[in-house]
Amino acid sequence: MNNIILTNSFRFIALLLLQVFVFNHIHLFGYINPLVYIAWVFLFPIRKNINPFLILSFLLGLSVDFFSDSGGINAAAIVFIAFIRLPILKAILRKSDFDYLLFNLRTVAFSKAVLFISILTIIHHFIVFSLSYFSFEDFMVIISNTLITSIFSVLIILLGIALFTKKK
Amino acid sequence: MQQIIYFLKKFRFFLLFLLLEIVAIYFTIQHHSYHKSKFVSSANSITGGVYKKTAAISDFFHLKTENALLNEENTRLKNLLEKKEIKYSHNFSVMDSSNYTEKYEYIAAKTIKNDFTKRNNFLTLNKGTKQGLATDMGVINGKGVIGVVKNISSNYATVLSILNKNSKINVSLKNSDHFGTLIWDGVDYNVLQISDIPRQAQLKIGDTILTGGKSVIFPEGILVGTIKDFKFENNQYQEINVQLFNDMSAIGHVQVIKNLEKEELIKLEQTLINE
Repeated sequence: MNNIILTNSFRFIALLLLQVFVFNHIHLFGYINPLVYIAWVFLFPIRKNINPFLILSFLLGLSVDFFSDSGGINAAAIVFIAFIRLPILKAILRKSDFDYLLFNLRTVAFSKAVLFISILTIIHHFIVFSLSYFSFEDFMVIISNTLITSIFSVLIILLGIALFTKKK
Repeated sequence: MQQIIYFLKKFRFFLLFLLLEIVAIYFTIQHHSYHKSKFVSSANSITGGVYKKTAAISDFFHLKTENALLNEENTRLKNLLEKKEIKYSHNFSVMDSSNYTEKYEYIAAKTIKNDFTKRNNFLTLNKGTKQGLATDMGVINGKGVIGVVKNISSNYATVLSILNKNSKINVSLKNSDHFGTLIWDGVDYNVLQISDIPRQAQLKIGDTILTGGKSVIFPEGILVGTIKDFKFENNQYQEINVQLFNDMSAIGHVQVIKNLEKEELIKLEQTLINE
């Protein structure tokens, strides 16, 4: 139990610092900054009671917002994907009930894990860019930004998960 | 009563989710409004302090370019001084104190954080109210306009960059007094747009754009950029693109402009509104 709290606090701080000081300054092709802090949502242990998860996700999003002067954009997006994480996972795995405590993303089939991460990433990025542009005129810009940034975010998150998590 | 408790229990996740989303959306709307001061900003001591630490490291690598910039600005200012001398040298014996009234005061500051890839960008400076900064002060560097101070704490300040949807700065042509508004369409961070230029203005590619002096924030004649291209359709100027002198991706040392006559000006304008 203590172990879980320790790893997750460490992950919270590590992802926040990584996002704010490394990935916010990538500027790939001049404007792409992958949002990798949402790896938090994919790695947080699944429990029946999601209230702590929602609150911690909100705090992570808000911390990123504080550092990047972006209002509540990241907080809104990460809370949304945190809330729909379980329903999406159930739909992808086609299971209505599974062992919450023993769930590990690494044990899921690779294609399904990629699908799960991609769907949540695209939804998250779409919310982030919609809220930051905040107008229907820029709809095409929002869509293109969402898709291009998502590709790089998903690649980096997959790489990060493969490198830094243990396969049981 | 039982029913309400049952309802709250059944939907407790959804209700928390809704609450958090409402808070987040509230911050977002506050962020998009120009006039409200923001709760979520990097001008607080924690984020400001962390940015200051990291800026101290990255500064070391920019010393060379920073020196070159300073030299360039010095040269420009010296050239300006030379021009002035001819004009005033014939009556130097008359010391008229009214010639030396100071209208603007410049405060040196350093950017410790700079955005330029988002739609709405902000910078963070390493000075705050303790060093005499206040909201709505202009921020410039040797090569041109950068933005306007927005949020402020005792030691840090955030600056609404000219690369922001809410930024509207009065600019004019160097060779005529036609003025317009500097805005940004969010595409290229070194190319801005001018709107509201009257059709009587004669534009040429390469014309210099300066600040207009019709606001209390910026003095007249601060550099902005040169006209890159424009379209003239239906007897109106469309899409005037301005190439900035500044490279907005590399902002180091800046000057914050304090207008000493601001209160007087605002008071005067207030009386006009009241009548």
